[in-house]
Amino acid sequence: MFDWFVLPFTLGLVFLLGFIAWKFTSWIKSLTQEDQEKLVKSLATRKTLVSIREIISESLLHRKIFKTNRMLGYMHMSLAFGWLLLILAGNLESRIFNHGEMGPPYVPIFFRFFHPNPEIFRFHQEFSFLMDLLLVFVLSGVALAYYKRLNSKFLGLKKTTKHVMGDRIALTALWFIFPLRLLAESFSSGAFGGGSFLTSTTGSFLNSFLPSEILYYPFWLAYSSALGMFFVALPFSRYMHIPTETLLIVLRNAGIKEQKSHTGFTDVELNSCSRCGICIDSCQLSSAAAINNVQSVYQLRDIRYNTVDQDRSLNCLMCGRCDQACPVGIDIAAIRQIKRNELNPGMKEEYSYVHPAKAQQADVVYFAGCMSHLTPSIKHSVVQSFKKGGINFWFMDETESICCGRPLLLAGKSEEAKALMQKNKTAIEQSHAKALVTNCPICYKMFKNEYGLDIPVYHHSQYFAGLIENNLMQLEKQNITAVYHDPCELGRGSNVYKEPRKVLNQALTLISAEEEGEKSLCCGGSLGNTTISTEQRNKITQDACDTLLKQNPDVLITSCPLCKKTFQKVSDVPVYDLAEIVNGAIVINTKNKSKANQNSKIIKKELLEEEISNQTYPD
Amino acid sequence: MSKKVLIIGAGVAGLEASGVLSKLGYNVTIVEESDRIGGKLNRWSHLFPSRRPASEVLEHLQLNLDPNTVIITNSKITDIAVKDTSIEASLNTGKHIDADAVLISTGFELFDAKKKEEYGYQIYENVITSADLEKIFKEGKELTTSKGKAPKRIGIIHCVGSRDEKVGNTYCSKVCCVTGVKQAIEIKEHLSSCEVFNFYMDLRMYDRHFEDLYQEAQVKHHVQFIRGRLSEAFENPDGTVMVKVEDTLLGKPMKMNLDLVVLLVGMTAGNNSLFKKQLRLETGTDKFLVPADEHFKSVSSKQKGVFFAGACTGPKTIENTITEARAAALEIAGYLKN
Repeated sequence: MFDWFVLPFTLGLVFLLGFIAWKFTSWIKSLTQEDQEKLVKSLATRKTLVSIREIISESLLHRKIFKTNRMLGYMHMSLAFGWLLLILAGNLESRIFNHGEMGPPYVPIFFRFFHPNPEIFRFHQEFSFLMDLLLVFVLSGVALAYYKRLNSKFLGLKKTTKHVMGDRIALTALWFIFPLRLLAESFSSGAFGGGSFLTSTTGSFLNSFLPSEILYYPFWLAYSSALGMFFVALPFSRYMHIPTETLLIVLRNAGIKEQKSHTGFTDVELNSCSRCGICIDSCQLSSAAAINNVQSVYQLRDIRYNTVDQDRSLNCLMCGRCDQACPVGIDIAAIRQIKRNELNPGMKEEYSYVHPAKAQQADVVYFAGCMSHLTPSIKHSVVQSFKKGGINFWFMDETESICCGRPLLLAGKSEEAKALMQKNKTAIEQSHAKALVTNCPICYKMFKNEYGLDIPVYHHSQYFAGLIENNLMQLEKQNITAVYHDPCELGRGSNVYKEPRKVLNQALTLISAEEEGEKSLCCGGSLGNTTISTEQRNKITQDACDTLLKQNPDVLITSCPLCKKTFQKVSDVPVYDLAEIVNGAIVINTKNKSKANQNSKIIKKELLEEEISNQTYPD
Repeated sequence: MSKKVLIIGAGVAGLEASGVLSKLGYNVTIVEESDRIGGKLNRWSHLFPSRRPASEVLEHLQLNLDPNTVIITNSKITDIAVKDTSIEASLNTGKHIDADAVLISTGFELFDAKKKEEYGYQIYENVITSADLEKIFKEGKELTTSKGKAPKRIGIIHCVGSRDEKVGNTYCSKVCCVTGVKQAIEIKEHLSSCEVFNFYMDLRMYDRHFEDLYQEAQVKHHVQFIRGRLSEAFENPDGTVMVKVEDTLLGKPMKMNLDLVVLLVGMTAGNNSLFKKQLRLETGTDKFLVPADEHFKSVSSKQKGVFFAGACTGPKTIENTITEARAAALEIAGYLKN
């Protein structure tokens, strides 16, 4: 069974399989030694089953995209799952027909060409019906894809991705494959009979005014050519994500992660991006500041094709909202960070003039951080709360402050960051403290993940929550309503969502914000972005603030000095840090109650109103 | 029947324009948000550069007011619309006003120093604003630290809320530099042994006699001027404030303990949302109202029958405001004659 028209398909398929084999091998080879061992160990274990389940639910059924938008999910599922079923059913049909023989791979694909009306075969009607049904399923997805180009909002996407040349070729081929298959099968049916409810109907319709006997061959050739073109263009297009995502799932389930520098895993992640564009809609640079060429989809694309622009790499808030939204689960922030490290070869470090303060012996080290020195109400409140709670602490950066190192790290200058970190680390160790507390989520993330300290590191919200839980601290409930803003570095960055709410619920009434928890917006003040203009930043801040204040709370509360400072610029209601609330509502015990109230700046409703009116008519 | 003009805001611009319009034979109604006329002039003790008492200027403005002028205080415009050739406005008191032209002379708001939190206003005991200092002078009170002692060293910080991208105001407020020089001299006159330091980025002594005042401060009163922007202020246990600043002329970072810190707060735009929404007036990136033409229609808006005077279109001195108010009055008269 052979005809010359099958060549484009067959050659394309051979090329594609060869290419995938070569790429997969080279990626696995460029994994670190440790990761390769992890991969080998994970094979043929329970992890394999987990991978298979995930491949079915994500690569075929696209469960996560369904969660974002049902129509978009259906589109992806009908194309991926529908196509696979078409291949499987076609294979089965061809096998039964050929009495179990496999034959060359093009046989099931072009079955209707070779056997337009296979009446000799037992389940031929059922198979004809099934194949037509699956074709309708796939074609409905193709129709949605056409429509998505015209109206992306219908599929839940405000913006759709701009494509590269390889994408356009592959996309065009993909768009033609199934309509051509429909026409080819229809003409065969028109000329020789056969087919089911779809192909036989369209076949007799077309045959009524077109010469099917002449047209069927060119359409089978066109169908084969479209398939061949798609296979050849696939490795150079976003459709490389189809095979690569399966490898990504296997590697991820083996426990392999992004490292500090580019590895084979990074390549696998880059090629797993389908450029669906879901990350564009989650990006505040796009929604609030009209910056549309820096989003993760473009960053990953530029890294993959080696066309990275430094300014665009740095124009990102590193807020992590796209990480959260990515249906493939690519570790986008880590990949951007790797690129930044490569783009910033570093400078000669000169920190000999920086001296940490002389270490003092204490139970707790308190580190305020640079941003808290610019928001003195916060450090003041933390210190007062500690004093009221009788905590034996050393305010490490009270007068001599050294940066925690995060801004340098985010800018890709990891060696310089290390030099600063060592100075802080030495001072912390010399204090022999049992815990480190900081009120800055940026510092918190650094101390916790990068310093390798032997003592626990707490964000002040966690520390206060612990004190309250152990009855070492009590808060008095005030009659005010508040919205809590999750800072990126604390929420998505460090997974601390519960403790701040636990503390605040003791002191006031929290109302929920529109976008909170994992979906929390970035305040716009992020240290991660070094190229954005102030005007664009302000737009992001205004937009985030408007969203937070939709329920008209009395106050806006956050637990990051940078977020506080950023929101203060635009907020119509007072902005406080969690520490200020704690300090205002703190009750040590009933005996000292009056004293505590006297000492603290209590935020009572009347005071607030005065403050609000002062903002409208300043003195 | 003579034509009617509605003036919004009874500050320097509104009062001066009202006087001129009355003389030209128009009926004037002034709507004022606060309980008295004179606007922010009420808060000044003495004016730069001549050191003339502010009360004198206010008195002059009041004398020029026509007895038939209707002044409605404690009232706010809630709705305003241009209808053919007339203007209709409603007040929060339920009152309605019809007029043939409207003058917006709503002035400015002081920058809220709490927004520059790193300087510690209302957090540290010994940090005050230039407006607070002026009030102390006006009320004839002693200038003391929070503990009631005479300060030995005072720092005056320029450009608080002006020329500062971080607070979103990139423009110069024009009047603070000379105010800082004037107040430094006044401090020295009250407390001759007190050291006074002005921390500035640039000293913009642009107008007549400003430079003289600057000379006087240095030569006669030995006020010290340090070029450098404050990075941070820190409260010492004794209540004094340690400031961190880079002396950019010496090229060295420095720290200094001060008994009292005075923040020279700049001007910010008032709330123009009503005008933007209902009169479709434009505001610039600095949030101040934008006139129809920067050279030739600086007191007209793009909306027919709506005019501007004073700091609602950007920071201005009192002299400039008075000149503009007169120009606006003549522009309105010209408009109403046609």
